[in-house]
Formats: sequence, structure tokens, C-alpha cells
Amino acid sequence: MSDSADLKRTPLHAEHVRLGGKMIGFGGWDMPVQYTGIMDEHHAVRKALGVFDISHMGQFFAKGADAAAWLNAMLTNNVNKLAVGHGQYTLMLNERGGVIDDLIIYRIADTEWLLVVNAAKIDEDFAWLNPRVPSGVALENRSDEFFGLAVQGPRAAEWFGKFTGGKTAPARNGIVQIEVGGVPLFLGRTGYTGEDGFEVFGPAADAVKVLGAVLAAGAEFGIKPCGLGARDTLRMEMCYPLNGNDLSPERTPIEAGVGFFVDLEKGDFTGRAVLAEQKAAGVKERLTAFKMIGATPPPRSHYAIWKDGAQIGETCSGGLSPSLGCGIGLAYLPVEFAKPGTAIEIDIRGRRFPAQVEKKPLHRGGTAG
Amino acid sequence: MNVPDDLRYAKSHEWLRADGTVGITDHAQHELSDVVFVDLPAVGKVVKAGEVICVVESVKAASDIYAPVSGKVVATNPGLATNPAFVNTDPYGEGWMFKLELANLAERDALMDAAAYRAATGE
Repeated sequence: MSDSADLKRTPLHAEHVRLGGKMIGFGGWDMPVQYTGIMDEHHAVRKALGVFDISHMGQFFAKGADAAAWLNAMLTNNVNKLAVGHGQYTLMLNERGGVIDDLIIYRIADTEWLLVVNAAKIDEDFAWLNPRVPSGVALENRSDEFFGLAVQGPRAAEWFGKFTGGKTAPARNGIVQIEVGGVPLFLGRTGYTGEDGFEVFGPAADAVKVLGAVLAAGAEFGIKPCGLGARDTLRMEMCYPLNGNDLSPERTPIEAGVGFFVDLEKGDFTGRAVLAEQKAAGVKERLTAFKMIGATPPPRSHYAIWKDGAQIGETCSGGLSPSLGCGIGLAYLPVEFAKPGTAIEIDIRGRRFPAQVEKKPLHRGGTAG
Repeated sequence: MNVPDDLRYAKSHEWLRADGTVGITDHAQHELSDVVFVDLPAVGKVVKAGEVICVVESVKAASDIYAPVSGKVVATNPGLATNPAFVNTDPYGEGWMFKLELANLAERDALMDAAAYRAATGE
């Protein structure tokens, strides 16, 4: 058990405890890992609806006529593709093309942008961006002002109608600003589960009230409070990389398999030269999905991977897939071993167990559009 | 939590029956939740009290199981290969893990009784 005294608490901490959440330290925060059980919560999101506290995530606001040009120089995707009310997944790189953070950016007004960044990276991201802000752009870290909830599952669209009193939901990756019960909220249609869903951000002081309204609106759809455990199994089945596990300052988005979110044609951005070279010459290693064959212990992070008697890599993420009923994971493997169907072995406590490289995502049929 | 009176208990949340059978407590299975694999020890393995003897995998993490007393593994639960969730649903019955031939009976007496274990887990 970790000492929770030094951990930060979200505005929903007391609610988690009241709802029976089992609290653990994650990225400096005291967060619920589960309420009734990871399996239960995982299946609730795949089949119905779940709600996660994501208040620990960060919110930066960038404003100004020159903000778009600056953000395009800081991030890999092209913000000019976004109309007002739309968002995109993007990455922030160092000069070597390695990943500092992955984030969602929304255009919330013509010259105003909302960046939603990883909890453990708030300070690092802001310390990277802030000294690089040019005149004509204002950047604010307003992470402490907001709570966040992710409402995820195939019944999310029905939930949205109930929760907002029949307002029109944004399209996938869109965002709307509306008042619900007198509380001004951002509702972005995105998530980290592979299912349809919304991320809700609002004033921290209203967090408990809004969670109550979210649960009340979701009751008829079978909504369940869900913890970080299910969040991890859900994203792993979709092969969504987790920063710190699967993304790192030593790996580029091309190696991580998220090159789709890199626009090499938009003009220069930090790390571009390295990525352009990799794109032209090819990468040596690629983040690859695998699944275990037969009854084996689930793989975890940092397990050695073997092929033909030689170690070829180690696992980044690993765990049990509740949807597939077997162990799964992600690992950087030499491209010659990254082809689906390739037989590999995972070393679990000194014994090697059979596994096979798989196509991403590992789980198919999710409702995320 | 269920803490049967006829068992002895280790601080690390294993129970020991008079015949040498070992499992993990209701409290422990509740803390782990969703057991998906039990990496059982080999029959014949010799362990000292307090040593890691096997590993239980929940969805979230791998957790070490400690030998509550010194001895030799004389049997393991074959049912856990197909039904690891027995550890959750029946921790003192179908969820037993292995059986030890005790090296030193005094070690058994040094373990907690049910009342002491209840107190230790705040029951």
C-alpha cells in the first residue's frame, strides 16, 4: 500500500470513497482503481455505460491571433484542419522527435484552443510550452479550476440526450459548451475506451453536483462508476498508447504507430526533421500488439520478449483482456518481427510462454466512430 | 469478511489448515479482486516461512504469496488452472492453493488465530 498523504486529490475524492472506490496512487494522484471490480466495470463500458473521474487531467488554454501558427509549431497534427467546435489527437515532441506528451486539442473559438493533457505531465508540458510562447499568444494552465468526467459506452448518445435535456450532441471529436443545471460545461465527444463517449469538463466547485447529475441521467442505461483499472484494460484492448508506458521521450510517433496524427506537410514543428527521415528511411522498431496463446499468466510491463532463442524486446503495457479472455500487451519490436501472426515468447518470472503478434486494435466492434 | 475459527493466519494474509492446506484469506481476495491466474508452486518445492512461494495474478497486478510456515509442497490445487476465480468465490474451499508438509509444528502455533487476524485486519 502506498502512502496516500503526499498524493493530490480530485474534487471527487470523497465521492469515490463514498461509492466504495479502492484508492491507489497514480501519477501523483489518489485515484480509484476500481469500485466493484475491474472486470465488471470493463464490461459495463463495452456493453452499456461507465463514468470515470478524469479530473486529474490538465487543461491549458491558448489564445490569440497567432495561436494556431504557434500550436502547429509545437504539435504534430495540423490545427488548421479544425473548425470551431472540433478537436484532434496530437503529440508534443522534443527536438529528437521523442514524445513529451499526447493530448487532445479543441478549437473552442476562432482564436482560442483547449488542450487536454495527461495528469502526470501537466507541469512538464507547461514548463516546455510556456517559455516558447511568442508575443501575441497567451497560454494559461487552468488545470486546478476544472473537474473532468469521461462517460463512455455504447449508450453514451442516449445518456447525452437525457443529461442535457435533449441538446444536440457533437459529432466524434467535436466539443460543445452548454449549461446543465446552471453549470457551464465543455462536452467533447471523445474518449480512451474504444466506445462512443463524452469527456465533460466544468468548474471544480461543481464536480460533486455534476457527477450526481451524470449518474442520475445514466441510471436507466446501467451506468457504473469505473476506475483506472478498467480504463487501462479498455485502452489496452484498443492499443491506445499510454504515455509513460508506451510513449516516451526516446520513441517517436512513427515508431509508436501513431504517425496518422503527424502532418509532415504543414510546415516545421519540433521534432519534424527526425520524423521526416524516419518516414523516408523506415523505422527499425515499431510498437506492436500481441496476445498470449493458451492459459498463461497475464503479461505486465518490462517482461522480456524472445524469438528463436534471442531477446528481441520487452513489454511496455500488458495485462488481461476481459473482452478476449487472454493476456495482451504492447511492445516495441524490430519491424521484421512486427508482422501479425509472428510467434514470439514472453518471459514471465523466468518461464517463457507463447504469444503471437496481432493486428491493432486487439478488440474490434467498439462504438467509437 | 469471513474469518473461519479453525484456521491459522499469517500477517501476509495466507491461511493454514491443520492438515497443511494453504490459501489466501477472504480479506486478501477482496483486496486483489478478479483473480485471473494462479502460478502454483511445483510439488516437491521446499520453502522457508515468509518466502515467496507462488504468484497470484489479478486483472491489475501480480501479487506474491508467501509460505506461512516452512515445509515441502506435497500437492497443489488442479482446479485453479481452469477456475482461478475460485480464489475469489470460495477462498477457504475450492480456492485452496497448495498443501505443505510442515517442517516445524511450532511455526504453525506462532501464526495468528482467527480473533487476532480479525483484529489485525480491522474486522
